[in-house]
Amino acid sequence: MVQFSDEKLKKVNEIVGRYPEGKQKSALLPVLHLAQEEFGGWLSVETMDYVATLLKLEPIEVYEVATFYSMYNLKPVGRYMFEVCQTGPCMLRGSDDIIDYIKKKLGIGVGETTPDGLFTLKTVECLGACGYAPMMQLGKHFREHLTPEKVDQIIEECRRTAAANN
Amino acid sequence: MARKLLLEKANVPGIRGYEVYRREGGYASVEKALKNMTPDQVTDEVKKSGLRGRGGAGFPTGMKWSFLAKPEGVPRYLVCNADESEPGTFKDRYLMEFLPHLLIEGLIVSSYALGSKATYIYIRGEYAWIPDILEQAIAEARAAGFLGKNILGTGFDCEIYVHRGAGAYICGEETALLESLEGKRGNPRIKPPFPAVRGAWDCPTVVNNVETLAAVVPIMNIGGEEYAKIGVGKSTGTKLISACGNINKPGVYEIDMTISVEEFIYSDEYCGGIANGKRLKACIPGGSSVPILPANLLLKTVKGEKRMMNYESLSDGGFPKGSMMGSGGFIVLDEDQCVVKHTLTLARFYRHESCGQCSPCREGTGWMEKILKNIDTGKGKKSDIDLLWDIQRKIEGNTICPLGDAAAWPVAAAIRHFRDEFEWHVDNPQECLVRNYGLAHYADPLEIATPA
Amino acid sequence: MAEEKKLLKVTIDNITVEVEPGTSILQAARKIGGDVAPPAMCYYSKLKGTGGKCRTCLVEVAAGSTADPRPMPKLVASCRTNVMDGMVVKNITSEKVIDARNGVVEMLLINHPLDCPICDQAGECHLQDLSYENGRPGTRYEFARRTFEKHDLGPYIQLHMTRCILCYRCVFTADQLTNKRVHGVLDRGDHSEIATYIHQSLDNDFIGNIIDVCPVGALTDKTFRFKNRVWFLKPVDAHRDCNHPGCKGKVTLWYRGDEVFRVTARKDQWGEVEDWICNECRFEKKKTSDWTIEGPTKVSRHSVISQGHYVGVQRPQEVLYDVLDGRKPKLLMDIHSVSEVNRPDIDLSKIEGPAHSTDFKND
Repeated sequence: MVQFSDEKLKKVNEIVGRYPEGKQKSALLPVLHLAQEEFGGWLSVETMDYVATLLKLEPIEVYEVATFYSMYNLKPVGRYMFEVCQTGPCMLRGSDDIIDYIKKKLGIGVGETTPDGLFTLKTVECLGACGYAPMMQLGKHFREHLTPEKVDQIIEECRRTAAANN
Repeated sequence: MARKLLLEKANVPGIRGYEVYRREGGYASVEKALKNMTPDQVTDEVKKSGLRGRGGAGFPTGMKWSFLAKPEGVPRYLVCNADESEPGTFKDRYLMEFLPHLLIEGLIVSSYALGSKATYIYIRGEYAWIPDILEQAIAEARAAGFLGKNILGTGFDCEIYVHRGAGAYICGEETALLESLEGKRGNPRIKPPFPAVRGAWDCPTVVNNVETLAAVVPIMNIGGEEYAKIGVGKSTGTKLISACGNINKPGVYEIDMTISVEEFIYSDEYCGGIANGKRLKACIPGGSSVPILPANLLLKTVKGEKRMMNYESLSDGGFPKGSMMGSGGFIVLDEDQCVVKHTLTLARFYRHESCGQCSPCREGTGWMEKILKNIDTGKGKKSDIDLLWDIQRKIEGNTICPLGDAAAWPVAAAIRHFRDEFEWHVDNPQECLVRNYGLAHYADPLEIATPA
Repeated sequence: MAEEKKLLKVTIDNITVEVEPGTSILQAARKIGGDVAPPAMCYYSKLKGTGGKCRTCLVEVAAGSTADPRPMPKLVASCRTNVMDGMVVKNITSEKVIDARNGVVEMLLINHPLDCPICDQAGECHLQDLSYENGRPGTRYEFARRTFEKHDLGPYIQLHMTRCILCYRCVFTADQLTNKRVHGVLDRGDHSEIATYIHQSLDNDFIGNIIDVCPVGALTDKTFRFKNRVWFLKPVDAHRDCNHPGCKGKVTLWYRGDEVFRVTARKDQWGEVEDWICNECRFEKKKTSDWTIEGPTKVSRHSVISQGHYVGVQRPQEVLYDVLDGRKPKLLMDIHSVSEVNRPDIDLSKIEGPAHSTDFKND
């Protein structure tokens, strides 16, 4: 069942408290981030309905918002999501080659997840790291100045962490 | 060396923490403003400085502040726009990541001037690690008595909250940002009413860019008049430029707007020249929305004068022969780059980021992307180029928010200056798949495209 | 003592009219009427917050006001821009406006399926009217048109997302007329769609009104689906004592012969609902005996619906009996008796869906 821990519920209350009285809908974006982190990296209908109850919203208000913003995953994703920027400045520095390399290396296409559920490849639009291109987002952080060697290292690193945590 | 006002202390070890920041003179502006000045005096100082919004539009900040409605008994809000998403722009990230206290300091002074007791930093969701840095800085400032109730014993209360977006370029538009802050879809609002009258939660609100609010700190420290002396004409003070693309030293640079574009690209202090010994083909000097310029028009204005890195000079010649300062996202293309492909990536970007409210933008951005894709892959027709021109013309100016314009301008400028390259793609459908058009005449006369 | 409100003078396409402060340019233009009124695809005067999105009502403001006669730099959405005293507006007298409007109509149509021949909205579709006035004869769009996953909204309302122009009217309707909105606009940009996300049916007592506010054939009456073309029907005003709070029971019945094919709310000359009606009136009351008939609905003579006339009505079956020499038709018409082409051994009624040439090939 989808249910925040007491500690996370306290966090939700703290977030709601940042906004004026009665404007708890304002907490929707941060609380959805929190829910996505807590409940498997994506937002199921159950999760969204739970958030709606927490913030006293109609479920449709949550669906409308969750589908608008590109960072909310509405389907399950791999444990490590490679979000490679492909907009102009990154393209000038070879992001297309990096995307091709990752595809070949992982044997998946854009939007796909490896059969072991470890990696998802996604292409995204400008992430604001144009000077450090090509780059990708991996979880909370940016990986910049990508080269095939660096991609290899990152994949290795992810596999190692995954193995260590299993 | 140009005078640095924002990044002067960026390389001091530990400047991210309160202790070092304070030791280096941090929070002096808060003491000065809250203890010795009225809110109106602070606003006047900002007016005198001539500071213009650093987010892209370049609107005078002091004037924006003076528009804020102040009805009795209604809270007012300051919202810091940290939704930096314009391709080519990454200066605010640098400020927040390395000098968080500079932003917090600027926010406190600005909140005091505007009477905002709850101030929000709306940061783009992808900068996921930066809220931690900012919240740390806020906690430190609060512990030191610069935030919270009765700051410095002056009776002024202020809290700063970080609100993280979730992936939508459109939320950089101030009314979409406010919608998003209210937990809704980022659909821009129809203006009027302007945020200064009805903004966040229907209360009077000022939305300013990160760099703009950080610049309030040096303005308070050195005085508005002194700040206005730096730079030239209406381009006062310093500006952060985030340089990227095919240059030797991509990064964030602070300039005082008196240097030339040529110096900025080729001097070792800044971009360090074109990477790999290539030649300059074109440049988008102010973030992806502003018109692209071929090398010859970039370095010299149509009057044959040196083009300078400031608001007036960059827009000299208007849209047909000039560009804009915009957000300071400086994207450089070398001779090996394909303008059609580059324009396609921008068209794809704007299609992806259109909120979908207005029909011309919702439908037109996708249409342009599809046509550009055809041309780029050798499936285009000559008539497609005119069609593209017509589509962008029908989007521009006909939408609620400036995203429509932002999507139209790059396509318009690319066709205006690089039409021959588009036609070459159409005429050489096989060849365009294996090689690029090259430099052509864009850098004619070539001498101005090479370092002096 | 209430101060008398000063009226504001506004000139639209060289015609001056006086309106109350707070009136939009569009409402002022509607006061003048005729061609001066800009088309409105998303604005709906009865729904708060609508307008501004479709961009069909763009007009040029040639002078802002007497106090500040500067022109406005961009075209403005007339539905969301208020009149100022001394304002000068150009609608159909502005080439810029016509050009922009043509552009908007082209944009609205590039992904529209143009399936009017099978669309129940045809004949009363605002997009059809708009295209007729401002469209171009062909399309310059050479790509596959957008499609969506099918979405079932339950027994009353049929959704065709491909026809939607995202006016948001139905969302505002659900917000303002019902106590719980279950549908909304999902996704963003060119993939935005009207849906419930979790495939719920819409069954609030007043949700049927979203059919009436929809300017296109995106939301149509499922109980009327494929039953008839609106121009074959004769609209008749009628009422009943409806015990739903908020429903006055004032409707338009759409007859063919003596059969009521559908019930809608009454609409004014701008195509806007006069009084919202409940689902019971709309979907459940389809017998003449349920209603008190007031008389034929006034229909503009320019409307295709005006071709339905009210004298000498004959039931369609009677006409058919006549044509078919008194035989009872199996389908609408027994094509074998009038056509040499189709052999009698091919039973058209056995063919699923529309007949294709392959259906007539020998074995």
